[in-house]
Amino acid sequence: MTSINWPARDKLKVIGTRLDRLDGPAKSSGAAKYSLDIQRPGLLYGKILGSPIAAGTLKSLDTKAAEALKGVAVVHVMTDPGKPINWAGQEIVAIAAETEEIAVEAIRLVKAEYERTQPQVDDTNLEKAEGRPRTRTDGDPEKAFSEAAATVSGKYSVAMITHCCLEPHGQVSEFRDGSLQVWPSTQNVSGYAGQLTQSSGLEANKIQIDCQYMGGGFGSKFGPGSWGNACVALAKKAGKPVKMLLDRDLELMIAGNRPSAHAEVKIGADKDGKVTAWDSKVWGTGGMGNYGAPPLPYVFAFTNRSTFSNGIRTNRGPAQAWRAPGHPQGCAITMAAMEDLAAKLGIDALEFYLKNLEFAPEALRDTYREELNVAADLIDYKRKAHPRGDKTKGPIKRGLGISLHTWGGQGHNSACDVTINPDGSVIAAIGTQDLGVGTRTCVGMVVAESLGLPLEAVQVHIGKNAYPASGGSGGSTTIGGISSSSRRAAIAALDELLKKVADELKISPEKLEAAEGKIREIDNPQKSIAWKDACKLLGQMSITQQGRHAAAAKTELTGSGVGGVQIADVSVDIETGLVTMNEMLAVQDCGLIINLKLAESQVYGALIMGVTYALFEETVYDGQTGRMLNPDMEFYRLATLPDVGKLRVHMMTGKKYDEQGVIGLGEPPVISPGAAISNAVANAIGVRVPHLPLTPDRVLAALENAEART
Amino acid sequence: VQQKPPDVSSGFSRREFLRGVGASSAATALLTAGMPDDVEAADFTRPVGPGEIQFSLSINGRDQNLSVEPRTTLLDALRNRLDLTGAKKVCDRGTCGACTVIKDGRAIYSCTALAIDVVGSKITTVEGLGTPEKLSPVQAAFVHHDGQQCGFCTPGFVVACTAMLKQHSSPTPEQVRLGLGGNLCRCGTYAGIKDAIVEAGKMVSNGRHGDVGGAT
Repeated sequence: MTSINWPARDKLKVIGTRLDRLDGPAKSSGAAKYSLDIQRPGLLYGKILGSPIAAGTLKSLDTKAAEALKGVAVVHVMTDPGKPINWAGQEIVAIAAETEEIAVEAIRLVKAEYERTQPQVDDTNLEKAEGRPRTRTDGDPEKAFSEAAATVSGKYSVAMITHCCLEPHGQVSEFRDGSLQVWPSTQNVSGYAGQLTQSSGLEANKIQIDCQYMGGGFGSKFGPGSWGNACVALAKKAGKPVKMLLDRDLELMIAGNRPSAHAEVKIGADKDGKVTAWDSKVWGTGGMGNYGAPPLPYVFAFTNRSTFSNGIRTNRGPAQAWRAPGHPQGCAITMAAMEDLAAKLGIDALEFYLKNLEFAPEALRDTYREELNVAADLIDYKRKAHPRGDKTKGPIKRGLGISLHTWGGQGHNSACDVTINPDGSVIAAIGTQDLGVGTRTCVGMVVAESLGLPLEAVQVHIGKNAYPASGGSGGSTTIGGISSSSRRAAIAALDELLKKVADELKISPEKLEAAEGKIREIDNPQKSIAWKDACKLLGQMSITQQGRHAAAAKTELTGSGVGGVQIADVSVDIETGLVTMNEMLAVQDCGLIINLKLAESQVYGALIMGVTYALFEETVYDGQTGRMLNPDMEFYRLATLPDVGKLRVHMMTGKKYDEQGVIGLGEPPVISPGAAISNAVANAIGVRVPHLPLTPDRVLAALENAEART
Repeated sequence: VQQKPPDVSSGFSRREFLRGVGASSAATALLTAGMPDDVEAADFTRPVGPGEIQFSLSINGRDQNLSVEPRTTLLDALRNRLDLTGAKKVCDRGTCGACTVIKDGRAIYSCTALAIDVVGSKITTVEGLGTPEKLSPVQAAFVHHDGQQCGFCTPGFVVACTAMLKQHSSPTPEQVRLGLGGNLCRCGTYAGIKDAIVEAGKMVSNGRHGDVGGAT
């Protein structure tokens, strides 16, 4: 039996290398077909009318003119007259037509009358909270504050943002021969069909899912949504395939948001700079649903602390998980309060974090210490750091800011089939999905490593629910799940092959291994048989073995619990309020890394997403109409290439990290940028800009407030 | 019924088309769709549509017959009628660059051009630059430097980089920042893209890989 454990670092040939992603050529040549690109004979184009009002009732709906338009095939009502409207963009009616142009025109011909009530979109006023607050007290914060050598009180907030996936939410649906074929843009291939049984009237085993490429999800694409179900209803009614992906305005209004967070924090420390007390109140909104409050205090569990949280229901589109739900908000609030306290005490921020690591989770303290030191070296912290407020002359002020974060990232449930064919070809089949992080490539690399083959020898099949079920891609759980299941499948298949070879060579299979494209004797590597010749021994029957991973914090292949440190270097023009990124540095661990290039890519990406929510993006709502004022990509602003400055990524590798096993990476690096950049701006200009994103008006307002106080 | 595409390769311009629209805006009568003379109106001095009209576009070096409504954008014509889906519809408002194609040597957003507006122009899409088996230098550099994650913005970036390298084969960092500031990525691939365009520029300048690709 070949050992399931990952080979030692010096034996690894594929894992840990920087191979190009398998689907890179298909993507860069435009050949990759996403849901939005699927063409079918007789395809109809679906569009949705979203409510122009944010609160009230749909009084009447008249679709006659739309139905009469030449080229309109079917109409599906999504909100019945008399029903409430809870947010602008709420789905009223879906229409499928022969061309996209006709579908757009048909939507304009729908006559809908509304009774409008005053919408509530304000998330800043805690008095508007209706839910029951959650409170918790540990230790004796009151006493600790009274004894603290220094305390600071601050208000910090993080705006609601959206996922803004470049490929909008949606799918193509086609009924044929009593079954339903769906091409969805999803991060949940194996869990998608079960969510379409009602609208299709079919059992899940009659629904085929195919998602080879998807244009971004970030936590918002686990299910079909109302639009996916409407697509099915339209296809069923029309008897023709229907494509329904949201237009950009609806995508930004209804397809998911990351809840806002507003906080009042008081934090105290003793004279040595050890934090002794924490008190926080946090509130915000994710729309009409329950509010998922950010974890506070974040990373640091101070001995004496009290916390309060409550949510505000607003007439905004619904929340969806957004990379590391709650963590970026909790991080921005906590690390800002930490550095504000450090500044008041006159203690350098880096030193302050190091002093307080005893409050971080025990398993991560050494990692944080190591990462803080590596980060400080890489960014030349000792030379560049200065006390709060850049004292150099002129309007351009420069500063550094630090942040720490953590995430679990244990592997999800996953099953994978590996087939070895008599001709030597190898297939890995797994019902997972590749959100662009390289899952396809990583499955191939694990199987190749396990069979002693190069990556190109393995054909990887993903993206269909016909393959063994694997979990949805959320919470950084994919790489743990799929690397474990594919490793187990490959080793099981290999062991069968080794038995055949052992019979032929009249040797015990335990004495054989697969390496360098051969099956060879472990103790006598010169005695070998080429992979293809070994596979010929199978005769006509292929070997297929399934490997399974059951979610657990620690297995022999996978682990959980990562740290991560980031430092931002910014310049701020105090005359215009403009923040410019000089450099953003991430030092990140994630256990054993399967593909270093792809891991780095994901961290680079997280830094850019982080710069975006730190400086630019937010949903803006109008208090009067309740409508989102920027549901487009001009005013819902994403960072562009010139905005992001220099980016640096350092992945922690080595024995200690390898031994943790494989751990997910999707969430952790996107948590800290807001905090680090906010801290860097405070370090540069000498005052805290309390609200993310740090737009020029907010920077100028913070400077003005500080002047007014002095 | 396939009608003969109009010969509008000479003498047709956006300005003349607009003038035609203006001149007849006083008259409320519009031509009905499908009439033979709508396609023979080579000068388009009268408004066309509503309803589909037929014409031909030069795409990736081939003449492609189209039958679309005058309001159809170049992007929708490419994607929905010609199955050239490399150009992506993301913002549909000329902001994000995911639909970038090359028109007569210059990068344009195909969501902001009407299909009938580019009659007579040479259009190159990402599919015209290379294939997965035979990548153009820019496409290959995107793979090597991992200038792509989900890949949805990638074709737009590849085309924008290609058009840019035609003007600046060894772009300075400042030229890269300015030249690629009109394309948006959500996954965050700018670091790889910056490296990719520099490498692609070198490959082209060295002459080892021939032209950067795409019709001029």
